[in-house]
Amino acid sequence: MSLMEEIIRKGLALGIPLTAHVDLTYRCNERCEHCYLDHDDKGEMSFEEISRLLGELADAGVFFLTLSGGEPMLRRDFFDIVARARALLFNVKVKTNAVLVRTAEAQRLRALGVEQMQVSVYSHRPEVHDAVTKLPGSLHRTIEGIRALRAAGLKVAVANVMMRSNLADRQGVAAMARELGATYSADPTVTPMMDGDRSVLNLRIPGSELSGLFQDKELVGDPEAFCAPPPPVGNGERNALPCSAGHSSCYISPYGDVFPCVQFPLPSGNVRKQKFLEIWHHSPQLQEVRSIRTGDLPVCSSCAHLGTCTRCPGLAWTEGNMRGPSSADCEKSFYRTGIPSANMLARGLVTFPNGTAEAALAAFPAPAHRRVSLVQIAPLPQAVA
Amino acid sequence: MNHIYIARSSAVAARPLGDEMVIMSALDSTLFTLSDVAAVLWQAADGRTPLDEIVRQRVCTAYSVDAETALRDAEEFVRALAEHGILLVASQPIPSPSPTQDGTAASAAGDRR
Repeated sequence: MSLMEEIIRKGLALGIPLTAHVDLTYRCNERCEHCYLDHDDKGEMSFEEISRLLGELADAGVFFLTLSGGEPMLRRDFFDIVARARALLFNVKVKTNAVLVRTAEAQRLRALGVEQMQVSVYSHRPEVHDAVTKLPGSLHRTIEGIRALRAAGLKVAVANVMMRSNLADRQGVAAMARELGATYSADPTVTPMMDGDRSVLNLRIPGSELSGLFQDKELVGDPEAFCAPPPPVGNGERNALPCSAGHSSCYISPYGDVFPCVQFPLPSGNVRKQKFLEIWHHSPQLQEVRSIRTGDLPVCSSCAHLGTCTRCPGLAWTEGNMRGPSSADCEKSFYRTGIPSANMLARGLVTFPNGTAEAALAAFPAPAHRRVSLVQIAPLPQAVA
Repeated sequence: MNHIYIARSSAVAARPLGDEMVIMSALDSTLFTLSDVAAVLWQAADGRTPLDEIVRQRVCTAYSVDAETALRDAEEFVRALAEHGILLVASQPIPSPSPTQDGTAASAAGDRR
Protein backbone atom coordinates (compact mmCIF):
# COMPACT_ATOMS: atom_id res chain seq x y z
CA MET A 1 0.00 0.00 0.00
CA SER A 2 1.42 3.38 -0.97
CA LEU A 3 1.67 6.21 1.53
CA MET A 4 -1.14 8.04 -0.27
CA GLU A 5 -3.38 4.97 -0.05
CA GLU A 6 -2.51 4.65 3.62
CA ILE A 7 -3.44 8.27 4.25
CA ILE A 8 -6.75 7.85 2.41
CA ARG A 9 -7.50 4.67 4.35
CA LYS A 10 -6.80 6.41 7.62
CA GLY A 11 -8.88 9.44 6.62
CA LEU A 12 -11.80 7.20 5.76
CA ALA A 13 -11.51 5.34 9.05
CA LEU A 14 -11.52 8.64 10.95
CA GLY A 15 -14.36 10.15 8.88
CA ILE A 16 -12.17 13.04 7.77
CA PRO A 17 -12.83 14.90 4.50
CA LEU A 18 -9.28 14.84 3.18
CA THR A 19 -10.24 16.47 -0.11
CA ALA A 20 -12.43 19.48 -0.86
CA HIS A 21 -13.19 21.11 -4.19
CA VAL A 22 -14.34 24.72 -3.83
CA ASP A 23 -15.63 26.64 -6.81
CA LEU A 24 -14.90 30.32 -6.15
CA THR A 25 -17.18 31.56 -8.93
CA TYR A 26 -19.29 30.24 -11.78
CA ARG A 27 -18.41 33.28 -13.86
CA CYS A 28 -16.09 32.53 -16.74
CA ASN A 29 -14.31 34.24 -19.58
CA GLU A 30 -14.95 31.23 -21.80
CA ARG A 31 -18.24 29.64 -22.84
CA CYS A 32 -17.25 26.03 -23.37
CA GLU A 33 -19.86 24.08 -25.26
CA HIS A 34 -19.88 21.21 -22.76
CA CYS A 35 -19.85 23.26 -19.56
CA TYR A 36 -22.39 22.22 -16.93
CA LEU A 37 -22.56 25.61 -15.19
CA ASP A 38 -24.84 28.65 -15.28
CA HIS A 39 -22.28 31.48 -15.47
CA ASP A 40 -24.47 34.21 -13.98
CA ASP A 41 -23.44 35.33 -10.50
CA LYS A 42 -26.27 34.32 -8.14
CA GLY A 43 -24.57 35.70 -5.04
CA GLU A 44 -21.05 34.37 -4.59
CA MET A 45 -19.55 34.02 -1.15
CA SER A 46 -17.56 37.08 -0.11
CA PHE A 47 -13.88 36.91 0.79
CA GLU A 48 -14.85 36.91 4.47
CA GLU A 49 -17.24 33.98 3.94
CA ILE A 50 -14.66 32.01 1.95
CA SER A 51 -11.99 32.81 4.52
CA ARG A 52 -14.24 31.50 7.29
CA LEU A 53 -15.06 28.42 5.21
CA LEU A 54 -11.38 27.68 4.64
CA GLY A 55 -10.79 27.85 8.37
CA GLU A 56 -13.63 25.39 8.94
CA LEU A 57 -12.26 23.06 6.26
CA ALA A 58 -8.82 23.16 7.86
CA ASP A 59 -10.34 22.38 11.26
CA ALA A 60 -12.23 19.48 9.66
CA GLY A 61 -8.94 18.00 8.43
CA VAL A 62 -9.12 18.87 4.72
CA PHE A 63 -5.63 18.58 3.27
CA PHE A 64 -6.09 18.59 -0.51
CA LEU A 65 -7.91 21.74 -1.62
CA THR A 66 -8.90 22.38 -5.23
CA LEU A 67 -9.88 25.95 -6.11
CA SER A 68 -11.83 26.10 -9.31
CA GLY A 69 -14.78 27.68 -11.10
CA GLY A 70 -15.95 28.99 -13.58
CA GLU A 71 -12.66 30.75 -14.00
CA PRO A 72 -11.42 31.34 -10.44
CA MET A 73 -8.94 34.02 -11.50
CA LEU A 74 -11.83 36.29 -12.46
CA ARG A 75 -12.30 37.02 -8.77
CA ARG A 76 -10.50 40.19 -7.77
CA ASP A 77 -9.66 38.58 -4.43
CA PHE A 78 -8.35 35.35 -6.01
CA PHE A 79 -4.79 35.78 -4.77
CA ASP A 80 -6.01 36.78 -1.30
CA ILE A 81 -8.03 33.53 -1.20
CA VAL A 82 -5.02 31.48 -2.32
CA ALA A 83 -2.87 33.24 0.27
CA ARG A 84 -5.44 32.48 2.98
CA ALA A 85 -5.57 28.84 1.88
CA ARG A 86 -1.80 28.53 1.93
CA ALA A 87 -1.56 30.25 5.29
CA LEU A 88 -3.83 27.47 6.54
CA LEU A 89 -1.35 24.98 5.04
CA PHE A 90 -3.68 23.38 2.49
CA ASN A 91 -2.18 21.54 -0.44
CA VAL A 92 -3.64 23.81 -3.13
CA LYS A 93 -4.43 22.90 -6.71
CA VAL A 94 -5.99 25.48 -9.02
CA LYS A 95 -8.12 24.59 -12.02
CA THR A 96 -8.04 27.34 -14.62
CA ASN A 97 -8.01 28.05 -18.33
CA ALA A 98 -4.83 30.14 -17.75
CA VAL A 99 -6.11 32.87 -20.04
CA LEU A 100 -5.42 35.45 -17.32
CA VAL A 101 -2.02 34.07 -16.35
CA ARG A 102 1.08 36.00 -17.30
CA THR A 103 4.52 36.19 -15.72
CA ALA A 104 3.48 38.23 -12.68
CA GLU A 105 0.51 35.98 -11.87
CA ALA A 106 2.57 32.84 -12.35
CA GLN A 107 5.35 34.05 -10.09
CA ARG A 108 2.84 35.03 -7.43
CA LEU A 109 1.22 31.58 -7.53
CA ARG A 110 4.64 29.98 -7.25
CA ALA A 111 5.58 32.18 -4.31
CA LEU A 112 2.37 31.22 -2.56
CA GLY A 113 3.29 27.55 -2.81
CA VAL A 114 0.49 26.31 -5.06
CA GLU A 115 1.25 22.66 -5.70
CA GLN A 116 -0.27 22.28 -9.15
CA MET A 117 -2.14 24.21 -11.84
CA GLN A 118 -4.58 22.20 -13.92
CA VAL A 119 -5.27 23.85 -17.25
CA SER A 120 -8.06 22.86 -19.64
CA VAL A 121 -7.00 22.40 -23.26
CA TYR A 122 -9.27 20.93 -25.93
CA SER A 123 -7.04 20.90 -28.99
CA HIS A 124 -3.63 21.93 -30.24
CA ARG A 125 -5.42 23.63 -33.15
CA PRO A 126 -6.85 27.10 -32.47
CA GLU A 127 -9.84 26.54 -34.75
CA VAL A 128 -10.90 23.52 -32.68
CA HIS A 129 -10.00 24.74 -29.18
CA ASP A 130 -11.49 28.20 -29.71
CA ALA A 131 -14.64 26.67 -31.18
CA VAL A 132 -15.10 24.71 -27.93
CA THR A 133 -14.40 27.69 -25.66
CA LYS A 134 -16.18 30.22 -27.91
CA LEU A 135 -13.41 32.70 -27.02
CA PRO A 136 -11.38 33.74 -30.08
CA GLY A 137 -7.65 33.56 -29.39
CA SER A 138 -8.14 31.48 -26.27
CA LEU A 139 -5.72 28.68 -27.22
CA HIS A 140 -2.93 31.17 -27.83
CA ARG A 141 -3.57 32.87 -24.49
CA THR A 142 -3.82 29.55 -22.66
CA ILE A 143 -0.51 28.36 -24.10
CA GLU A 144 1.13 31.65 -23.09
CA GLY A 145 -0.29 31.14 -19.61
CA ILE A 146 1.10 27.61 -19.39
CA ARG A 147 4.52 28.82 -20.53
CA ALA A 148 4.48 31.49 -17.81
CA LEU A 149 3.50 28.94 -15.17
CA ARG A 150 6.24 26.56 -16.25
CA ALA A 151 8.80 29.37 -16.38
CA ALA A 152 7.87 30.23 -12.80
CA GLY A 153 8.55 26.62 -11.82
CA LEU A 154 4.98 25.49 -11.29
CA LYS A 155 3.73 22.02 -12.11
CA VAL A 156 1.09 22.13 -14.84
CA ALA A 157 -1.35 19.38 -15.71
CA VAL A 158 -3.09 19.72 -19.06
CA ALA A 159 -6.61 18.30 -18.79
CA ASN A 160 -8.28 17.36 -22.04
CA VAL A 161 -12.01 16.70 -22.04
CA MET A 162 -12.60 14.56 -25.09
CA MET A 163 -15.79 15.08 -27.07
CA ARG A 164 -17.02 14.44 -30.56
CA SER A 165 -15.61 17.74 -31.74
CA ASN A 166 -12.02 17.26 -30.53
CA LEU A 167 -11.54 13.50 -30.27
CA ALA A 168 -9.20 13.42 -33.24
CA ASP A 169 -6.84 15.93 -31.60
CA ARG A 170 -5.94 14.11 -28.41
CA GLN A 171 -2.50 13.06 -29.59
CA GLY A 172 -1.81 16.60 -30.70
CA VAL A 173 -2.75 17.92 -27.26
CA ALA A 174 -0.60 15.28 -25.58
CA ALA A 175 2.39 16.23 -27.74
CA MET A 176 1.81 19.91 -27.01
CA ALA A 177 1.67 19.17 -23.27
CA ARG A 178 5.00 17.35 -23.51
CA GLU A 179 6.54 20.26 -25.37
CA LEU A 180 5.31 22.64 -22.66
CA GLY A 181 6.66 20.45 -19.86
CA ALA A 182 3.20 19.64 -18.57
CA THR A 183 1.59 16.34 -17.71
CA TYR A 184 -1.40 15.24 -19.76
CA SER A 185 -4.64 13.53 -18.91
CA ALA A 186 -7.72 12.94 -21.00
CA ASP A 187 -11.26 12.24 -19.89
CA PRO A 188 -14.30 11.43 -22.05
CA THR A 189 -16.74 12.39 -19.27
CA VAL A 190 -19.31 15.07 -20.10
CA THR A 191 -21.72 15.73 -17.25
CA PRO A 192 -25.30 17.06 -17.30
CA MET A 193 -25.86 20.72 -16.44
CA MET A 194 -26.22 21.49 -12.73
CA ASP A 195 -29.88 22.35 -13.40
CA GLY A 196 -30.52 18.88 -14.83
CA ASP A 197 -30.40 19.83 -18.54
CA ARG A 198 -28.94 16.83 -20.33
CA SER A 199 -28.65 18.28 -23.83
CA VAL A 200 -24.87 18.65 -23.45
CA LEU A 201 -24.59 14.87 -23.32
CA ASN A 202 -24.98 14.90 -27.10
CA LEU A 203 -21.38 16.10 -27.17
CA ARG A 204 -20.13 12.85 -25.64
CA ILE A 205 -17.98 10.57 -27.72
CA PRO A 206 -20.15 7.82 -29.20
CA GLY A 207 -19.65 4.61 -27.26
CA SER A 208 -18.44 2.86 -30.39
CA GLU A 209 -15.45 5.24 -30.51
CA LEU A 210 -14.34 4.27 -27.01
CA SER A 211 -12.85 0.92 -28.10
CA GLY A 212 -10.19 2.68 -30.16
CA LEU A 213 -9.54 5.14 -27.36
CA PHE A 214 -8.91 2.31 -24.92
CA GLN A 215 -6.19 0.93 -27.20
CA ASP A 216 -4.19 4.19 -26.93
CA LYS A 217 -1.07 3.39 -24.88
CA GLU A 218 -0.59 7.04 -23.98
CA LEU A 219 -3.99 7.13 -22.31
CA VAL A 220 -4.27 3.71 -20.70
CA GLY A 221 -0.71 2.39 -20.34
CA ASP A 222 -0.90 -1.28 -21.21
CA PRO A 223 -4.02 -1.75 -23.38
CA GLU A 224 -4.02 -5.51 -22.87
CA ALA A 225 -4.12 -5.16 -19.09
CA PHE A 226 -6.50 -2.19 -19.22
CA CYS A 227 -8.96 -4.06 -21.42
CA ALA A 228 -8.67 -7.41 -19.67
CA PRO A 229 -11.86 -9.16 -18.59
CA PRO A 230 -12.74 -8.28 -15.00
CA PRO A 231 -11.62 -10.74 -12.34
CA PRO A 232 -14.31 -12.64 -10.42
CA VAL A 233 -16.20 -10.49 -7.93
CA GLY A 234 -15.62 -11.34 -4.28
CA ASN A 235 -16.74 -10.06 -0.90
CA GLY A 236 -14.07 -7.39 -0.96
CA GLU A 237 -15.62 -5.81 -4.04
CA ARG A 238 -19.16 -6.14 -2.63
CA ASN A 239 -18.22 -4.38 0.60
CA ALA A 240 -16.30 -1.62 -1.16
CA LEU A 241 -17.35 2.02 -1.23
CA PRO A 242 -18.78 3.13 -4.59
CA CYS A 243 -16.34 6.08 -4.62
CA SER A 244 -14.82 8.68 -2.31
CA ALA A 245 -17.61 11.25 -2.84
CA GLY A 246 -19.13 12.12 0.52
CA HIS A 247 -16.75 9.73 2.29
CA SER A 248 -13.42 11.52 2.12
CA SER A 249 -14.19 14.29 -0.34
CA CYS A 250 -16.80 16.93 -1.01
CA TYR A 251 -17.65 19.87 -3.24
CA ILE A 252 -18.72 23.40 -2.26
CA SER A 253 -20.28 25.82 -4.73
CA PRO A 254 -19.63 29.60 -4.89
CA TYR A 255 -22.95 30.00 -3.07
CA GLY A 256 -21.94 27.82 -0.15
CA ASP A 257 -23.90 24.74 -1.18
CA VAL A 258 -22.28 21.47 -0.14
CA PHE A 259 -22.47 18.41 -2.39
CA PRO A 260 -20.77 15.00 -2.22
CA CYS A 261 -18.82 15.84 -5.39
CA VAL A 262 -18.79 18.31 -8.26
CA GLN A 263 -20.25 15.49 -10.38
CA PHE A 264 -22.80 14.55 -7.70
CA PRO A 265 -25.12 17.57 -7.39
CA LEU A 266 -27.12 16.25 -4.42
CA PRO A 267 -27.73 19.30 -2.18
CA SER A 268 -26.49 18.36 1.29
CA GLY A 269 -26.36 21.67 3.17
CA ASN A 270 -25.09 25.24 2.94
CA VAL A 271 -22.14 26.68 4.81
CA ARG A 272 -23.87 30.05 5.03
CA LYS A 273 -26.47 28.45 7.28
CA GLN A 274 -24.47 25.76 9.09
CA LYS A 275 -20.92 25.02 10.09
CA PHE A 276 -19.18 22.80 7.56
CA LEU A 277 -18.50 20.07 10.12
CA GLU A 278 -22.19 19.96 11.12
CA ILE A 279 -23.07 19.33 7.47
CA TRP A 280 -20.26 16.83 7.01
CA HIS A 281 -21.23 14.76 10.03
CA HIS A 282 -25.02 15.17 10.14
CA SER A 283 -26.38 15.86 6.66
CA PRO A 284 -29.01 13.16 5.93
CA GLN A 285 -27.97 13.24 2.29
CA LEU A 286 -24.31 12.58 3.04
CA GLN A 287 -25.28 9.91 5.54
CA GLU A 288 -27.35 8.18 2.88
CA VAL A 289 -24.45 8.34 0.42
CA ARG A 290 -22.16 6.85 3.07
CA SER A 291 -24.56 4.02 3.84
CA ILE A 292 -24.18 2.48 0.36
CA ARG A 293 -21.79 -0.33 -0.45
CA THR A 294 -21.35 -1.67 -3.96
CA GLY A 295 -23.03 -4.91 -2.92
CA ASP A 296 -26.20 -2.90 -2.16
CA LEU A 297 -26.59 -1.64 -5.71
CA PRO A 298 -29.66 -3.37 -7.14
CA VAL A 299 -28.41 -3.81 -10.72
CA CYS A 300 -24.66 -3.27 -10.49
CA SER A 301 -24.16 -5.77 -7.64
CA SER A 302 -24.85 -8.57 -10.11
CA CYS A 303 -22.56 -7.13 -12.79
CA ALA A 304 -19.31 -8.78 -13.84
CA HIS A 305 -17.71 -5.32 -13.81
CA LEU A 306 -18.55 -4.59 -10.15
CA GLY A 307 -14.93 -4.62 -9.01
CA THR A 308 -13.42 -2.69 -11.89
CA CYS A 309 -16.16 -0.35 -13.15
CA THR A 310 -15.61 3.40 -12.91
CA ARG A 311 -19.30 3.79 -11.99
CA CYS A 312 -19.97 7.36 -10.86
CA PRO A 313 -22.72 7.55 -8.23
CA GLY A 314 -23.21 11.20 -9.11
CA LEU A 315 -23.93 10.43 -12.75
CA ALA A 316 -26.22 7.61 -11.54
CA TRP A 317 -28.04 10.17 -9.38
CA THR A 318 -28.50 12.47 -12.34
CA GLU A 319 -30.08 9.50 -14.13
CA GLY A 320 -32.59 9.24 -11.29
CA ASN A 321 -31.12 6.85 -8.70
CA MET A 322 -27.85 7.12 -6.76
CA ARG A 323 -27.99 3.33 -6.31
CA GLY A 324 -28.58 2.75 -10.02
CA PRO A 325 -26.15 2.29 -12.88
CA SER A 326 -24.25 5.14 -14.48
CA SER A 327 -24.93 4.46 -18.15
CA ALA A 328 -21.83 6.26 -19.40
CA ASP A 329 -19.69 4.00 -17.21
CA CYS A 330 -21.60 0.91 -18.40
CA GLU A 331 -20.58 1.89 -21.91
CA LYS A 332 -16.97 2.41 -20.84
CA SER A 333 -16.85 -1.00 -19.17
CA PHE A 334 -18.35 -2.66 -22.22
CA TYR A 335 -16.15 -0.96 -24.80
CA ARG A 336 -13.09 -1.51 -22.61
CA THR A 337 -13.60 -5.25 -22.17
CA GLY A 338 -16.21 -6.35 -24.69
CA ILE A 339 -18.35 -7.73 -21.89
CA PRO A 340 -21.87 -6.26 -21.59
CA SER A 341 -22.82 -4.83 -18.21
CA ALA A 342 -25.69 -6.18 -16.12
CA ASN A 343 -27.55 -2.93 -16.86
CA MET A 344 -27.25 -3.50 -20.61
CA LEU A 345 -28.42 -7.09 -20.30
CA ALA A 346 -31.30 -6.18 -17.96
CA ARG A 347 -32.55 -3.56 -20.42
CA GLY A 348 -32.44 -6.02 -23.29
CA LEU A 349 -30.06 -3.79 -25.20
CA VAL A 350 -27.64 -6.54 -26.13
CA THR A 351 -27.85 -8.77 -29.17
CA PHE A 352 -25.39 -11.36 -30.38
CA PRO A 353 -25.44 -11.39 -34.17
CA ASN A 354 -23.15 -14.39 -34.42
CA GLY A 355 -24.75 -16.61 -31.81
CA THR A 356 -25.53 -16.64 -28.14
CA ALA A 357 -24.09 -14.72 -25.26
CA GLU A 358 -22.18 -17.82 -24.30
CA ALA A 359 -20.65 -18.01 -27.78
CA ALA A 360 -19.60 -14.39 -27.58
CA LEU A 361 -18.12 -14.77 -24.11
CA ALA A 362 -16.38 -17.98 -25.20
CA ALA A 363 -14.27 -15.82 -27.48
CA PHE A 364 -11.96 -15.09 -24.53
CA PRO A 365 -9.09 -14.47 -24.52
CA ALA A 366 -9.67 -12.64 -27.78
CA PRO A 367 -8.64 -8.98 -27.60
CA ALA A 368 -11.29 -6.64 -26.28
CA HIS A 369 -11.98 -5.03 -29.65
CA ARG A 370 -12.61 -8.52 -31.07
CA ARG A 371 -15.01 -9.32 -28.22
CA VAL A 372 -16.80 -6.03 -28.80
CA SER A 373 -17.35 -6.99 -32.41
CA LEU A 374 -19.26 -10.10 -31.28
CA VAL A 375 -21.88 -8.05 -29.48
CA GLN A 376 -24.21 -5.32 -30.63
CA ILE A 377 -25.75 -2.91 -28.19
CA ALA A 378 -28.43 -0.30 -28.58
CA PRO A 379 -27.63 3.15 -27.18
CA LEU A 380 -28.31 3.27 -23.46
CA PRO A 381 -31.31 5.48 -22.67
CA GLN A 382 -30.40 7.95 -19.93
CA ALA A 383 -33.39 8.96 -17.85
CA VAL A 384 -33.74 12.56 -16.74
CA ALA A 385 -33.32 13.01 -13.01
CA MET B 1 27.61 25.58 21.86
CA ASN B 2 26.41 26.10 18.30
CA HIS B 3 22.67 26.25 18.12
CA ILE B 4 20.50 24.96 15.27
CA TYR B 5 17.35 26.88 14.40
CA ILE B 6 14.51 25.34 12.44
CA ALA B 7 11.53 26.88 10.68
CA ARG B 8 8.71 25.41 8.66
CA SER B 9 9.08 26.08 4.94
CA SER B 10 6.28 28.10 3.40
CA ALA B 11 6.26 25.73 0.40
CA VAL B 12 4.60 22.86 2.21
CA ALA B 13 1.13 21.70 3.05
CA ALA B 14 0.48 20.10 6.41
CA ARG B 15 -2.44 18.71 8.35
CA PRO B 16 -2.85 16.54 11.45
CA LEU B 17 -4.37 13.15 10.68
CA GLY B 18 -5.13 11.22 13.81
CA ASP B 19 -1.88 10.86 15.73
CA GLU B 20 0.24 11.75 12.71
CA MET B 21 1.01 14.84 10.68
CA VAL B 22 0.68 14.66 6.89
CA ILE B 23 3.09 16.91 5.01
CA MET B 24 3.56 17.48 1.31
CA SER B 25 6.21 19.57 -0.36
CA ALA B 26 4.87 21.88 -3.06
CA LEU B 27 8.32 21.84 -4.62
CA ASP B 28 8.51 18.18 -5.52
CA SER B 29 5.13 16.78 -4.32
CA THR B 30 6.89 14.48 -1.88
CA LEU B 31 4.47 13.19 0.72
CA PHE B 32 5.46 12.46 4.32
CA THR B 33 3.75 11.41 7.48
CA LEU B 34 5.35 12.46 10.73
CA SER B 35 5.04 10.46 13.91
CA ASP B 36 3.82 12.21 17.03
CA VAL B 37 7.39 12.97 18.18
CA ALA B 38 8.39 14.30 14.78
CA ALA B 39 5.18 16.34 14.67
CA VAL B 40 6.17 17.96 17.96
CA LEU B 41 9.40 19.16 16.36
CA TRP B 42 7.52 20.36 13.27
CA GLN B 43 4.99 22.29 15.35
CA ALA B 44 7.73 23.88 17.41
CA ALA B 45 9.82 24.95 14.40
CA ASP B 46 9.28 28.68 14.83
CA GLY B 47 12.70 29.79 13.61
CA ARG B 48 13.48 31.39 16.99
CA THR B 49 13.76 28.54 19.45
CA PRO B 50 17.02 26.54 19.22
CA LEU B 51 16.56 22.86 18.44
CA ASP B 52 18.23 21.71 21.64
CA GLU B 53 15.76 23.79 23.64
CA ILE B 54 12.81 22.35 21.68
CA VAL B 55 14.07 18.85 22.35
CA ARG B 56 14.62 19.55 26.05
CA GLN B 57 11.30 21.31 26.62
CA ARG B 58 8.95 19.52 24.24
CA VAL B 59 10.37 16.05 23.64
CA CYS B 60 12.23 14.99 26.77
CA THR B 61 9.39 16.12 29.02
CA ALA B 62 6.79 14.17 27.08
CA TYR B 63 8.74 11.04 26.16
CA SER B 64 11.11 8.93 28.21
CA VAL B 65 14.30 9.58 26.28
CA ASP B 66 17.60 11.10 27.36
CA ALA B 67 18.44 14.54 26.01
CA GLU B 68 21.61 13.51 24.19
CA THR B 69 19.94 10.70 22.23
CA ALA B 70 16.88 12.81 21.52
CA LEU B 71 18.97 15.70 20.20
CA ARG B 72 21.03 13.42 17.98
CA ASP B 73 17.86 11.88 16.51
CA ALA B 74 16.28 15.32 16.14
CA GLU B 75 19.28 16.70 14.24
CA GLU B 76 19.17 13.75 11.87
CA PHE B 77 15.45 14.22 11.39
CA VAL B 78 15.56 17.95 10.66
CA ARG B 79 18.41 17.54 8.18
CA ALA B 80 16.41 14.88 6.31
CA LEU B 81 13.39 17.17 6.14
CA ALA B 82 15.59 20.09 5.08
CA GLU B 83 16.83 18.05 2.12
CA HIS B 84 13.24 17.87 0.90
CA GLY B 85 12.59 21.55 1.55
CA ILE B 86 10.15 20.76 4.35
CA LEU B 87 12.13 22.52 7.08
CA LEU B 88 14.57 25.39 6.94
CA VAL B 89 17.69 24.86 9.04
CA ALA B 90 20.16 27.58 9.99
CA SER B 91 22.75 28.45 12.60
CA GLN B 92 21.00 31.79 13.23
CA PRO B 93 17.36 32.57 14.05
CA ILE B 94 15.19 32.44 10.91
CA PRO B 95 12.85 35.39 10.25
CA SER B 96 9.13 34.67 9.97
CA PRO B 97 7.44 34.88 6.56
CA SER B 98 6.06 38.29 5.71
CA PRO B 99 2.54 39.12 6.97
CA THR B 100 1.27 39.15 3.37
CA GLN B 101 1.96 35.41 3.10
CA ASP B 102 3.21 35.91 -0.43
CA GLY B 103 6.14 33.63 0.19
CA THR B 104 8.82 36.24 -0.43
CA ALA B 105 10.33 36.24 3.04
CA ALA B 106 10.18 32.47 3.30
CA SER B 107 12.01 32.14 0.01
CA ALA B 108 14.75 34.37 1.32
CA ALA B 109 14.96 32.26 4.46
CA GLY B 110 15.15 29.20 2.26
CA ASP B 111 18.48 30.41 0.91
CA ARG B 112 19.95 29.70 4.32
CA ARG B 113 19.66 25.97 3.94
